[in-house]
Amino acid sequence: MAISDEDVRHIGRLARLSLTEDQVEWLGHDLNSILDHIGTIQQLELSGVEPTAHALDVVNSTRDDVVRPGLDRDAALRNAPAEEGGAFVIPRIVGGGDDA
Amino acid sequence: MIDLSRITANQIRDAIAGGVFTAREMADAALSRIDALDGDVHAFNQVTPELAYEAAARVDAAVASGAQVPPLAGVPVAFKDNMNLIGTRTTCSSRILQDYESVYDCTAARRLLDAGALPVGKCNMDEFAFGSSTENSAFGPTRNPWGLDRVPGGSSGGSAAAVAAGMATIALGSDTGGSIRQPGSLTGTVALKPTYGRVSRYGCVAFASSLDQIGPFARSVADAALALEVIAGADPMDATSVKRPVEEYTAMLGEGISGLRVGLATDLLDSEGCSDEVRTAIRQAAETFAALGAEVGEVELPTAAHALSAYYIIGPAEASSNLARFDGIRYGHRAQGAKDVSELYMRSRTEGFGPESLRRIMLGTYALSVGYYDAYYGQAQRARTLIKRDFADAFTSYDVLLTPTSPTVAFAIGEKSDDLVAMYLSDVYTIPVNLAGNCAISVPAGLSAKEGLPIGLQIIGDHFAEATVLRAAAAFEAATGFDPVPPLVREERLGVYLACAKRARPGGGAR
Repeated sequence: MAISDEDVRHIGRLARLSLTEDQVEWLGHDLNSILDHIGTIQQLELSGVEPTAHALDVVNSTRDDVVRPGLDRDAALRNAPAEEGGAFVIPRIVGGGDDA
Repeated sequence: MIDLSRITANQIRDAIAGGVFTAREMADAALSRIDALDGDVHAFNQVTPELAYEAAARVDAAVASGAQVPPLAGVPVAFKDNMNLIGTRTTCSSRILQDYESVYDCTAARRLLDAGALPVGKCNMDEFAFGSSTENSAFGPTRNPWGLDRVPGGSSGGSAAAVAAGMATIALGSDTGGSIRQPGSLTGTVALKPTYGRVSRYGCVAFASSLDQIGPFARSVADAALALEVIAGADPMDATSVKRPVEEYTAMLGEGISGLRVGLATDLLDSEGCSDEVRTAIRQAAETFAALGAEVGEVELPTAAHALSAYYIIGPAEASSNLARFDGIRYGHRAQGAKDVSELYMRSRTEGFGPESLRRIMLGTYALSVGYYDAYYGQAQRARTLIKRDFADAFTSYDVLLTPTSPTVAFAIGEKSDDLVAMYLSDVYTIPVNLAGNCAISVPAGLSAKEGLPIGLQIIGDHFAEATVLRAAAAFEAATGFDPVPPLVREERLGVYLACAKRARPGGGAR
């Protein structure tokens, strides 16, 4: 079940990556070579086996519902690529570009 | 003069408490050693003299005032560059975070510093911890102090190399599929991956949240035990950290291993990828355990053969979700000139991530995508159940299990970079432990005959059996008398080392 270039482009869009044709080519090659190896897992007969998402048998861990300090605004904005008036600046989302 | 390559954490603390030297002198010694060696080793992404001297001043003031001297007073420590520490950048060795300034502290790092340790720097790693050689760093590879043409392993290769070369006494790494133990094996250091949940993950940039765990590198089992004692324990900032008392690991080290039930994992040992010299060393290690009074038997872990496949589905699946946060909005690299927010996300991510990150994000996204989810992710999670059961079964008959840590000694820089699966197989013995959530340590088991490179023994314990694993490792360490200091960086040869390293430096100093 080889992955085609079109599959790679589709996965790239799902992962929010804008891949060049060169990247599509080498990623396709690499994904196929990895899947050749790990695809053997599909041959395991595992029906009826419960999946494990977490290694320990722990239940939900909650803290007391009390107010405590979080990250302050200056710290939260410290690494912002663009910032104005205490907020992150981003390109227009609606009403301007091709998506309008 | 302080011999930084041999002094232990306890010796440093006692010498500072007794006025033999000051924490400031310790900081001087560590920083000048980094200055002398790190141009060649490149263990560090950032060296932090200001933080080290500030911490040293606090320790020296405490000693002068007659206050109690904390357990890690004056001990030089280093952190993998995925751990946040205010006053440092946290880059994950990625272009996407190359200018990221930490705005809070990683709990495990904070606990070491609260115990009096001196932070000397942040260590190189495979980008976002994706790799087994530290060659996937955006800032150039780290070199192994046992041979500068060799990788130190990965992904915590910088932390391992810093400790092996005596530039830090203790370093923290993170281990998702072997990223503490495998570099520990390749650099002749003691390297511990605690049980999942034993140490808080707060402030460590997430790779695969159900597998990641922070742990220490040291040059002795006692120092690793001391470090674990300090960093372990519940943390309100990490809901997966376990509310279970922390044992006094150091106090239990000397209890011996008479009657300890030790299982040699023969099916893993006999697998074809394992080199003969590693296999021989691990069989000899089992004999050492028998000679020390342990009851040594043989055990099989049949589903461990599928662990690599399960890991290369679960790990990338979780990573692709965790790395969705890097979008160029709140922090990290932002692409210039994007006309809308969607283009901004896509271009920022594609420009910022290196090749192995792209590979893992793509693989994980594929494994989670409609039509493939059950065939890959669901199947991997069910295989994980069987792997967990294999370990649980083995621990009904044995207290600890023995395997190699890595199938080979340190390989050459560039040797496996073109063969992904060969690189991934480097973690074949460590990955099952993460999937099952157990604890395990890598402890040196001698040098290869041909090249004089370290071989690591992996000692695996049941969930929360760190005390047993450390006690077994301490007994083995005492019996083997391994010298953890690479010949190249022994004090008497430092000058020769520096001269040779400068002549032989492969590939130039890419930093």
